[in-house]
Amino acid sequence: MSRRRKGTATVSGRRGLPAAVAPMYIWTALFVLLPLLYIVAISFLTPDKAAGVLPVFTLENYKRLADPIMLDVFLRSIRLALETTLLTLLIGYPFAYCMSRLRDKTKNLVMLLVVIPFWTNSLLRTYGWIILLRGNGVVNTLLTGWGVTDQPLSLLFNYGATLLGMAYSLIPFMILPAYSSLEKLDRSAVEAARDLGAGKVRAFFTVTLPLTLPGILSGCVLVFVPSTGMFFISDLMGGAKVSMLGNLINEQVHTARNLPFAAVLSLVMLAMALLFILIYRKATGESELEGMV
Amino acid sequence: MADQPILALEHIRKSFGDTAVLHDLNLSIRQGEFVTLLGPSGCGKTTAIRIIAGLEQPDEGRVVLSGTDVTGLPPDQRRVNTVFQNYALFPHMNVYKNIAYGLKIQGCKKAEIRRRVKEILELVELPGFEDRRPAQLSGGQRQRVAIARALVLNPQILLLDEPLGALDLQLRRQMQRELKAIQGRLGITFIYITHDQEEALNMSDRIVVMREGRIEQAGSPAAIYERPATRFAASFIGESNILEGRIEDGSTPDSVREEGGAAFQTPAGRCLFAPPTADALPADTALSVRPDDIRLTREPPAGFTLSGLIADQQYTGSLLRTTVRLSGGLTLKANRHGRLRNQLETGETVYVSWNPAHAALIGGYKDAEPAPFPAACGEAEEVQ
Repeated sequence: MSRRRKGTATVSGRRGLPAAVAPMYIWTALFVLLPLLYIVAISFLTPDKAAGVLPVFTLENYKRLADPIMLDVFLRSIRLALETTLLTLLIGYPFAYCMSRLRDKTKNLVMLLVVIPFWTNSLLRTYGWIILLRGNGVVNTLLTGWGVTDQPLSLLFNYGATLLGMAYSLIPFMILPAYSSLEKLDRSAVEAARDLGAGKVRAFFTVTLPLTLPGILSGCVLVFVPSTGMFFISDLMGGAKVSMLGNLINEQVHTARNLPFAAVLSLVMLAMALLFILIYRKATGESELEGMV
Repeated sequence: MADQPILALEHIRKSFGDTAVLHDLNLSIRQGEFVTLLGPSGCGKTTAIRIIAGLEQPDEGRVVLSGTDVTGLPPDQRRVNTVFQNYALFPHMNVYKNIAYGLKIQGCKKAEIRRRVKEILELVELPGFEDRRPAQLSGGQRQRVAIARALVLNPQILLLDEPLGALDLQLRRQMQRELKAIQGRLGITFIYITHDQEEALNMSDRIVVMREGRIEQAGSPAAIYERPATRFAASFIGESNILEGRIEDGSTPDSVREEGGAAFQTPAGRCLFAPPTADALPADTALSVRPDDIRLTREPPAGFTLSGLIADQQYTGSLLRTTVRLSGGLTLKANRHGRLRNQLETGETVYVSWNPAHAALIGGYKDAEPAPFPAACGEAEEVQ
């Protein structure tokens, strides 16, 4: 079953005016390609604590990837990213569905509420969670106050807290593309399903869900990719006990001062992201991410 | 119960927010009838069929399907299927799966589904199209798939919401014939929505003219065209000349017999019409006369004193579209035969007349309230 929609890929400007698109290429070269090449180059150099890197070619940095501890970090990162994606999907899609059914005015208000957190620093928002969840925090005070528990629960500094923090900060990236595809959904197709005898649930699973799949997959990419690299949430809410790929890179740069190995890890992360996007494109036949174009 | 209507709408009211869309709609439809709801956009015709399909619930009133009250039942529990205006095919399924969708839900066996899909595709003349996607079909083909998808379930009523609206004129004409043929062959009741009067006239057994959520007139195409009951019906279906005035006091059954019609006074002169009944007629009213029925003569005809100047004559080949300015300032349109092009000069004074039987008395309403339905309008019926 191929979901390929032929001829809908929006490749524009490929045959357009070269002069008009030149700034785009210059921008891409300067700010994407060049830094990337720089990272690739560094990854083959010898680390040095004092000077940062020594211009001596080596493959040692890549060999370190074979370390079983590394595999552990990768798997943990992928697991966290997948679980974050799943959690945001399970909360974000129903949210987007309800949002798409609201009246226009309410819709805009809810949209604003989804976007407003973006206007504050994400670090601050993470501290907000800590205040809520810590031992003598708001949640524990309420729980002990109501007599639900005798002892304050340890809600922070564990895997669950990290997952919660990640899902919280990335959920807009799931809601927005899912909402966008739900908005575009032709309501009459759902009505046709009902008219042809499908109950509400059946109409949802046979029509609504498949037709909004591009938005869902796009949301998954947009949540999965950054969640492999986010380090400050697992640092703050996981209590630095749970080491992820992002934490490792951060540590290599700032503590171990091993820039070449940090570069290698970054490239691995990039490869993981590209792989995931490739899967997305295979699955949908779309080259653009839904709702983000 | 052979006479039991397949569908009865009883006192249906529906509002969206503060906007009343249907006011006390009553309609009953016989098995096998081809009924067209005709009216301008916003007249409530789409809401009416959505209520029949169960996609909307009426605020008040009942929907009775084959004697069973189905008001409140969801669309999946009514044996009524819809051909949507934009077709609403499932873009992620091929033609086969689109058509098989409803059959699968009904729990048909695979072999039976295969057979019925094949049969229905032959009926709509798309054999071999099973594997195509809706995006790979032309507008006319999508239309046929939409019809097949609804018809394959063998519904009691097929609802069609402006199904031909998106097609070009030639394809429209062809689809009109085909739809009518399919309906005749299957004997399924069709409720058809259109704002195209020609489509309504040539397809329907019965036309229901709607305006602002009310039924203006219901009847056979000929009854609607020849004896429009209201000003709106007269002007919406075909061209019409409306003459305001009042029925002359002296019009008794005797005088009617003598002159061939009842006398009607307009500001421009006197004319005749055939009254629908011998009952008392409303005093202030109007006549509707089709341009095709107007005669222009140099000699004053018996019973008529309408006269005017020929303001314009447009030759279109088969027709001579003539505009006559009556003495009161009113203009009348007359369609005469093209061969009469040299008979009368523009600027000449002529007498206007018609066969009294061709003038329809239309309701005297001037505001929103439509006139009561004239009882003697031939085939018109069933609007309680």
